[in-house]
Amino acid sequence: MDMRALYDRLKALYPLGELTEQRANLAFVTLPAEYLRPALLHLRDLEGYRHLVLLTAVDWLEDGLFQLTYLLCNRSRNCDIGLRVMLPREGATMASSHDIWPTAAVYQRELREMFGIDFPDSPGVDEEFILEGWNDIPPYRRDFDTLKYANDSFAQRAGRETRDPETHMKQQLYPDRD
Amino acid sequence: MAYTPDRSQYPAMKADGSLDIDLASGKYLKLWQGPNHPGITGNMSVELTVCGDEVVAGKTHVGYLHRGFEKLMERRTFIQCFPIVCRICVPEPDFNEYCYAAAVEELAGIEVPEKANWIRALILEMGRINSYLMYLGGQAGALGQGVIGQWTTYARDLMLDRFEELTGARIYHMFIMPGGVRDHLPEGFQGRMQETLKEVECTLKDVWEVMFCNAVFKRRTVGMCVIDPAWLDEYGVTGPNARAAGVAKDVRRDAPYLVYPELDFEPVTGHDSDIYTRADVRRRDLLMSVDLIRQILARMPKDGPIMAPMPSMLHWRIPRGETYVRGECSRGEYGYYLVTDGSGYPRRVNVRGPSYTHAMSLLERMIVNVNISDVASLMVSLHTYPPEIER
Amino acid sequence: MKPELMKRMVKGPDGVEFEVEPMRDYYCDAPPTVQHGAYIKIVEDFFNWARSQSLWILGFGTGCGAIEMRPLMTPRFDAYRYGIQWRPTPRQANLLVISGYLSVKTLKRAIRAYEQMQNPKYVVGLGSCTINGGMYWDSYNTIKCLDQYLPVDLYITGCMPRPEALLAGFEDLKKLIRAGQAEGANQYAERFDWYKANQKQVIHDWDMPDYNW
Repeated sequence: MDMRALYDRLKALYPLGELTEQRANLAFVTLPAEYLRPALLHLRDLEGYRHLVLLTAVDWLEDGLFQLTYLLCNRSRNCDIGLRVMLPREGATMASSHDIWPTAAVYQRELREMFGIDFPDSPGVDEEFILEGWNDIPPYRRDFDTLKYANDSFAQRAGRETRDPETHMKQQLYPDRD
Repeated sequence: MAYTPDRSQYPAMKADGSLDIDLASGKYLKLWQGPNHPGITGNMSVELTVCGDEVVAGKTHVGYLHRGFEKLMERRTFIQCFPIVCRICVPEPDFNEYCYAAAVEELAGIEVPEKANWIRALILEMGRINSYLMYLGGQAGALGQGVIGQWTTYARDLMLDRFEELTGARIYHMFIMPGGVRDHLPEGFQGRMQETLKEVECTLKDVWEVMFCNAVFKRRTVGMCVIDPAWLDEYGVTGPNARAAGVAKDVRRDAPYLVYPELDFEPVTGHDSDIYTRADVRRRDLLMSVDLIRQILARMPKDGPIMAPMPSMLHWRIPRGETYVRGECSRGEYGYYLVTDGSGYPRRVNVRGPSYTHAMSLLERMIVNVNISDVASLMVSLHTYPPEIER
Repeated sequence: MKPELMKRMVKGPDGVEFEVEPMRDYYCDAPPTVQHGAYIKIVEDFFNWARSQSLWILGFGTGCGAIEMRPLMTPRFDAYRYGIQWRPTPRQANLLVISGYLSVKTLKRAIRAYEQMQNPKYVVGLGSCTINGGMYWDSYNTIKCLDQYLPVDLYITGCMPRPEALLAGFEDLKKLIRAGQAEGANQYAERFDWYKANQKQVIHDWDMPDYNW
């Protein structure tokens, strides 16, 4: 009920999507990208959600969307709210929030490198973070095939057998079923 | 006999907050600490800019241990993910297993039997003791006290023996499966565990006398590298680093999981937030874990199922959803963000380890004005571990 | 290339200007050479015996296997009684233990560490992931086959290998050295171009000299 009350207060200010109550103290809500920064500041300064737990992305390749998740924690009441922002996959760009939390700059560097989502003005966002000399599409995107890349790039030792469980089960256990 | 640095040598600050460091002037020197360096926590590196022997700027470089777990898990079924998650973090692998299992169970609606929860809590506390023992050795080693590492590694080995008889493995246990745990406690485990706990307590007594009462150790840690309590929210500081600043935040008490609501404990806190306090908070937290294990062993149900009825692992689909599950590991808050899309594979797993902020933005902030010889001690005192950053 | 690696003029604290070219100034530009054995077998055998009795490991934890090094250094397993000890710098070490998977970024550092070590030197690959990728067989960032990039004298299997396995592995390495079969450094010198080609194939931003000594 706590999260519902918070949702109602936010709803009066921003055009929010449906509230997903995962647990009593964890809820997710979608909002448009342009309202994200005001909502983050509102939650941080007025609602006590002062801790940025994580900032990450999910690649919904079928819908052509990136989902950014900003998970904020209110440490005195022990509840978390996840703000979802959907971005178009093509040329995904998001306003930086490094001035709200200094740690956001690190997350944004990672997202830039691993998903190719740009955060203009975030400090050091274009520097290499984890990878070095990467020459393919950002690896956490769904259309990046890690097995193919590994086979193409690295010498493999002969004699290793690998069975994909799904195909193996289908071939060996019940070839007649779908 | 306080040392006053010569501020005239310090670099000017540009309008955007970055430092105006002119390497060609010869006043500054770039110095890499790591990745191949004894004073570094794991395989990472810090690019230091020094002026004399004081650090004026530091930049953390990670990625040396990146294996792409989050990508690999997207192409493994839910049960295939379980053996690889523990490999994200070597000193304390069990938290990965627990957080992953808890996230999967929550999204799949699986209720874990009570006994399994007790065994999980036992394993997590044992892992915490291991991690802290390793830390104490590292903290003393960073200041030149090699012998503490010898003692604590011995005590850790005893705990690894208990792990071995319980799970069959020393380091990567792969014991906490989605749905429960793999096995019951072996015959006579409790007695041997009590012996080990006594031995750990004895070691800690020695460590207290030789490390914490040592004048050199005090001189080099008391008042050094203080975390301002105001930074806690800004930089997302959790765990012992936050508790040493006097903030009694412990996920085990604030958002209880497993059997922690039934156990009797109070989060350990400190006041001074310096390296000494952080070490001391961890030492007392370790003793609290010893106490928690005794409580768990005494109150664990004697029998009962340890696995929930599970769907066929080969056709296990989890409906669309997302969740975040957290636990209090020895370094701070450990969390898993799991997104499922109704298929047999996770859509996205994001591992949020405490080092993500401790070793990056917090360390870069704290390392300024530190003497080069104290950098190792500072890094160890934040108890960072690089694979949590890069996975 | 990083700015600090570029050729540039530097003004010292004493006001003297001089030119610095890091890629050339600090490194030797001669390829490694094969070290031939002593002229008489009994002397070479004696050398090999001496080499086998002092394995000095470079303390570079490249992967998760490094955590089992700690018990080896301490009284429970105590590798020191076998003449094995850990050194902080490649200049003092003669055994490079690749403790687990190598990401491409670490491979670059491991190559530099290896080339900076003095002859005679040995490489031990530890864990399944150095042999065929192990758990990370489909990862885009770890090499699958260590002996393509560094001359491996011995592999120790396991994920991860226990301290006892490591001790047994080191004893086996000693046998190889005494038998004169641990010739990895000479292989590296002989097939230097092949190793370099393999290394450059995976390390895309090669901003170091070919010879790191």
